[in-house]
Amino acid sequence: MTLLSVETLSRSFGGIQAVRDVSFTLAEGETVGVIGPNGAGKTTLFNLLSGHERPDSGRVAFAGREITGWAPERLIGQGLARTFQHGRVFANLSVLDNVLIGASARLRYARPNWSLLGPLGELLRALLQPPAVRAEEAALQAEAQTLLHRFGERLAPRANHPAHSLSYANRRRVEIARALAARPRLLLLDEPAAGMNESETLELQHLLLDLKTQGQTMLLIEHKLDLVMQLCDRVIVMDDGAVIAAGTAAEVRRDPAVIRAYLGDSAAAKGEFTQVPEVTL
Amino acid sequence: MLSALTPWIDYTVNGLVIGNIYALLAVGLALIFGVADLINFAVGSVFSFGAYIGWVCAAYLKLPLPVTILVVILASALLGIVIERFGTRPLQGRSRIAALLVTIGIGLIIDQLLQIIFSPDPRALPSGLPDRRFTIAPGATIGTLDLLIAGVGSASGLALWLFLSRSRIGWAIRATAQDSEAARQVGIFTDRMNMLVFALASSLGGVGGLLIGMYYNNIDPSMSFNATLKGIVAAMVGGLGSLPGAIIGGLVLGLTESYGIGIFGASYRDLFAFVILLLVLVFRPQGMFQRAGRAPEPLTGTFIAWSRPLRLPRPVQAAILLVVLVLPLAGQPYVTQIGINALIYGLAAMSLTLVAGTVGQVSLGHAALLAIGGYASALFAANLGWPVALTIPLGGVVAAALGTVLIYPAFRMSGHYVSIASMAIAEIVALVILNWTGLTGGSMGLSGIPPLAIGPIDLSDARSTYYICLGLVIVMALLQARLLRSHLGRSLRAVRDDAIAAKSFGLSPSRYKMIAFLFGGFGAGLAGAISAHLFSYIDSNTFGLDLSILVLTIVILGGLGNIAGALLGAVLLVALPELFREVAQYRELVYGLALILLIRFRPQGLLGTA
Ligand SMILES: Nc1ncnc2c1ncn2[C@@H]1O[C@H](COP(=O)(O)OP(=O)(O)O)[C@@H](O)[C@H]1O
Ligand SMILES: [Mg+2]
Repeated sequence: MTLLSVETLSRSFGGIQAVRDVSFTLAEGETVGVIGPNGAGKTTLFNLLSGHERPDSGRVAFAGREITGWAPERLIGQGLARTFQHGRVFANLSVLDNVLIGASARLRYARPNWSLLGPLGELLRALLQPPAVRAEEAALQAEAQTLLHRFGERLAPRANHPAHSLSYANRRRVEIARALAARPRLLLLDEPAAGMNESETLELQHLLLDLKTQGQTMLLIEHKLDLVMQLCDRVIVMDDGAVIAAGTAAEVRRDPAVIRAYLGDSAAAKGEFTQVPEVTL
Repeated sequence: MLSALTPWIDYTVNGLVIGNIYALLAVGLALIFGVADLINFAVGSVFSFGAYIGWVCAAYLKLPLPVTILVVILASALLGIVIERFGTRPLQGRSRIAALLVTIGIGLIIDQLLQIIFSPDPRALPSGLPDRRFTIAPGATIGTLDLLIAGVGSASGLALWLFLSRSRIGWAIRATAQDSEAARQVGIFTDRMNMLVFALASSLGGVGGLLIGMYYNNIDPSMSFNATLKGIVAAMVGGLGSLPGAIIGGLVLGLTESYGIGIFGASYRDLFAFVILLLVLVFRPQGMFQRAGRAPEPLTGTFIAWSRPLRLPRPVQAAILLVVLVLPLAGQPYVTQIGINALIYGLAAMSLTLVAGTVGQVSLGHAALLAIGGYASALFAANLGWPVALTIPLGGVVAAALGTVLIYPAFRMSGHYVSIASMAIAEIVALVILNWTGLTGGSMGLSGIPPLAIGPIDLSDARSTYYICLGLVIVMALLQARLLRSHLGRSLRAVRDDAIAAKSFGLSPSRYKMIAFLFGGFGAGLAGAISAHLFSYIDSNTFGLDLSILVLTIVILGGLGNIAGALLGAVLLVALPELFREVAQYRELVYGLALILLIRFRPQGLLGTA
């Protein structure tokens, strides 16, 4: 069953066409990689999907619903969660609180849905703490602890440390844990392995493979091709805002257009590339 | 026919003259913002400083006008250099609000020093020019002073333009303003650039003060406040950082004010400035003449220093509670009185620490919430005869509701825009109170506000008042602590730390800012209501910008977001200076120094941010 379908999505900034006519679909349970040189428009594509940017044209459907132009606050409720390329943990919050924030959209009792009076109701319930609210919070706390343990000894011992005290790699892990706390139907990962060394990357790969076997649908931007090869059912290659190739990882890496995009024309003659030079913005 | 037009010609001339002064201030602000990336709230104090230096030269030493102008330029430039070197330079790389607050502290210090040296009383500052008036239209004239101001204004503008466009240093300043990182890489020394723009901006400001002083033939230290506000309005209207924008902003503001006074009367004068400011902030925060920029990266925008709150050990908490409980029994009415003051400020500070700390909206208009609560409770009690025990919580409710509605337009802003918008909103509230005479008594204020009582039991003596305030503080502190432990505690702080990431997880920033203002508005309203019944008289100045700044300083001293810190800060900044009477005279000096030193050396406050 198709979970996500993107049709001729475009977005430009001033003179720069960051995303042009991008179309693809994603089936439930699939893991798809998005690769391409820096500035190809991958992050902008994610921003369009997660509601942080509005597309100039094109449409996005998620779980059978047209969601084009929806705000992020609304999309998370539909089950669309993401991580950020440059790391956006809540610096002053503890690791555990960061993860709990991920579950915010799932709060039923603490956040009454009374339209205009909603904020007042939320305030009063937080002050009064009725049993239903307390039970909900306790269940979430337990769930968040479990989630931290998925990251082995990386996060659980630091549950009460403020996120700003974490290493770069641990912040990426917190972001993933936070997104998982939302129990997303689709998880968007923007370069989750950036800044991780080889063994850390391998650890992440195991975690993501785990998720995949559990049926988690994922869209993954990543420069480390090994990770993409191991994990992804299909790969979409972007350059200059457009999709220039799509298919299995093995097909794509022999595609002349892809080689040209990464290495320039002269290298295209040699046939295949294995490692994308890692450049961060 | 022509005679109907005559006053309009006068208004125009007057508006352009005053607008010229505003433009001088705004150009200075724009220069500093462009190069040093901060809003200089000390601008008004430099303006007053210039006026007083002018008074020393012209009235005291009787120097000729050109010499006076020259001395004012040099002295003000020197002051600017001092401000940059010791005030703002150490804060490079910190959030813009840090620098903004430090310049507020510097302004407080300069103002108080001027008061100490020259006394708070107004002084005459004659221009020494022959008072000739030239007829420019039937019945409309223009005076020598008008011409002087227009001349100095345009000459400064022209000189600045030539300097920026023709000289190498001017080119470097423009390069730094465009991209300070790139400028550093090509070897432009940004420290020196910053110092230079502070000197330039300050000399413009100082000359502005001199000219205004001569124009009204009157100077006093309280003129700083107005000058700061008008300069900022003009600069924001023009778009912070844009020099032509600043000039146009100044002239537009001067003309609007002048016509506004012509149509509605003088007491509405400042209302125009703030309404314009608010409209610009809401609809065109980048100013009238600039394009919107890109959103900032995360982790750089917040003013919250990374720290963990200190927890007082249980025995210490118990000891403090005991002391606080028995304090009025010690039989020192004066000490009890000071205790009441500290408790009321503590109540206000707790509410601000939620708004400015927990959810990160560094408000410079908190006093307006106290004003609303105070007026509401006083009017319910005095006009409708409702019992005070009911009207005080009602004051809190009105402040929460009205305050949240009024601040609503600022919910989409971030960083220092919130500070400026909240200040503008608070000034609008004060001006509405001043002009809505039928309801509020206008400039006469409200007197005869019923004293604290529950039913027939009079509780207005110091001891009862103390315990009422203490009870309220304890209840509100416990409620706020409960709120911070709930899911709201982390949600509010998440919105503060990174609004974009918070949105991705379903937390709409506006909703959570609203929740913070509802709770904080209630607490602040209570504090205002108690004060009103305690003072039995309030007017539109009772809850002014100075109060907002003091409460914010208290909150920063204690540690943003920290409840215990807010209470400790209130004791240290309100109670301590009153215990030492000699210090009380120099209160502003203490507040200013506290603000500067804290932000520089202990941004997390005494008990840590939460
Ligand atoms: N908010 C924005 N404003 C202006 N330009 C942008 C913005 N976001 C992205 N761009 C531009 O769009 C292009 C694509 O960027 P991005 O999506 O980040 O690429 P990638 O993630 O593939 O490296 C780049 O040229 C970038 O500078
Ligand atoms: Mg990217």
